[in-house]
Amino acid sequence: MSDTVISIKNITQRYGAADQPDAVLALDDVSLDIKKGEFVCLLGPSGCGKSTLLNIVGGLFKPTSGTCTVNGRLVDGEPHPDKIAFVFQESTLFPWYTVIENFRIALKFQGIPEAEWDDRAMRALKAVGMASFARHYPEQLSVGMRQRVNMARGICVDTEILLMDEPFAALDEQTRMVLGEDLSQLLAATGKTIVFVTHSLAEAVFLSDRIVVMTARPGRIKTIIHVNEPHPRSPDFMLEPRFSELRNECYALLRDEIRATMAAQRDPQPQIAGV
Amino acid sequence: MERSSFATRSVQIAFLAIMGGAWYFATQSGSISALFLPKPANVYATLERLMQTASFWSAVTVTITTILKAFAIAIVAGLVVGYAVTRSKLATQVIEPVIAGLFTVPITLFFPMFILFFGIGTGSKVAYGATYAFFPIALNTIAAFANMEERYLRAARSMGAGRFDTFRHVLLPGTLPVLITGMRIGFFICFASVLGGETISSVAGIGRNIALAAELMESARMYAWIVFVIFTSVTLNLLVYSLENHIRSR
Repeated sequence: MSDTVISIKNITQRYGAADQPDAVLALDDVSLDIKKGEFVCLLGPSGCGKSTLLNIVGGLFKPTSGTCTVNGRLVDGEPHPDKIAFVFQESTLFPWYTVIENFRIALKFQGIPEAEWDDRAMRALKAVGMASFARHYPEQLSVGMRQRVNMARGICVDTEILLMDEPFAALDEQTRMVLGEDLSQLLAATGKTIVFVTHSLAEAVFLSDRIVVMTARPGRIKTIIHVNEPHPRSPDFMLEPRFSELRNECYALLRDEIRATMAAQRDPQPQIAGV
Repeated sequence: MERSSFATRSVQIAFLAIMGGAWYFATQSGSISALFLPKPANVYATLERLMQTASFWSAVTVTITTILKAFAIAIVAGLVVGYAVTRSKLATQVIEPVIAGLFTVPITLFFPMFILFFGIGTGSKVAYGATYAFFPIALNTIAAFANMEERYLRAARSMGAGRFDTFRHVLLPGTLPVLITGMRIGFFICFASVLGGETISSVAGIGRNIALAAELMESARMYAWIVFVIFTSVTLNLLVYSLENHIRSR
């Protein structure tokens, strides 16, 4: 229990007032403990509240009810940039700044002394093999390169927790796999705690220590799947029968939830026969 | 890129040459009264003479000062109002159409009121130019801040950026291209309305001199002033565009 870093207790998130017909219950009584150095994936159909949960942990949203503590400190709708860094999709790099300026600004925002900015930025860029692109503008890089840079931006602030909100969603399958390997290596090297939101089954199995499978809206935790495979993981892991089994297990769990989500997006079935 | 900008320039220069040539040949034959359209050579000679007089430059100074004052007021008012409106989604939805609607009203119709309130001196022209230029600046400011991508603000917040840092490093650079477009449009509207206002009713400035020359049927003198204004406007346009490109490419 002592090595629990993130503790989510009975979190409920509702959009709109409860008595309104258009109120949406995004998360319904979700509780989860995440250990130090763990890689946890939140997997679920679109709109199941997994990004909402991540934003609550990161202090970007205040939950309707329930609490989230990080290292025993209550996160109450206030970001804790000294403890938690976010990595969003690659399009959150500021296009008006060069790569290196994007790092400086992230470090400045976080309150790091100016003397350390360039050193830390270059170290993080080197770690993802992008040091020679420091003076480029994001638009001059490919989507994959941008996401490498964006990941490095999240790493350079050197927080113990990294929250990643579908960071690879805009990437093609191949780039996604390579970046996934990089991330697994990073985890092994730094011991960071990572919470990762994804749609991708393979990504979830390849990266996670635990996969938190969520239900269709309102989001609840359906099952937690353990993946007992040490980091860094090699691509060979994907060829093992165990990988496919876990992936299929996830799919079997998700299938009904995805159907439920799709059904909610279609016309309602007529209530009275013959109408 | 290189080629197309060369082609664009060539077409523009050719257009100017055709206009100049048409003017030259139309007046050469003598079929058009010099009262309506004097010969280019006469206009040029008049302009040269005008530019050697102190009264020419004092008129230019009056107009430029008026434009700059009006523009400064329009920028401050447009930016402040535009920014304030976008602080609330509701205010944006309510006020933006009102400002856009008012902008379609020909403010020229209210010019007599400006004279009434601010007198026949430069004050009325400052107020008139500032009012006209306020609209495009405010509208572009609203568009810039209302369309700011939420994801950049969220990223900045997650990094722990405070209000001032977010404004300085995210909001401002993110909106600058659109703000500058608003200011460019505002500047030329300001330029045009101050000159127009001076022509309608004033005691000094370029517009006043154009109106006076027309009343005295001194066509060459009137055209000399107009040529000077066109030349200034084209030069300013080029200047503002290159300034805009310079800031954008930063």
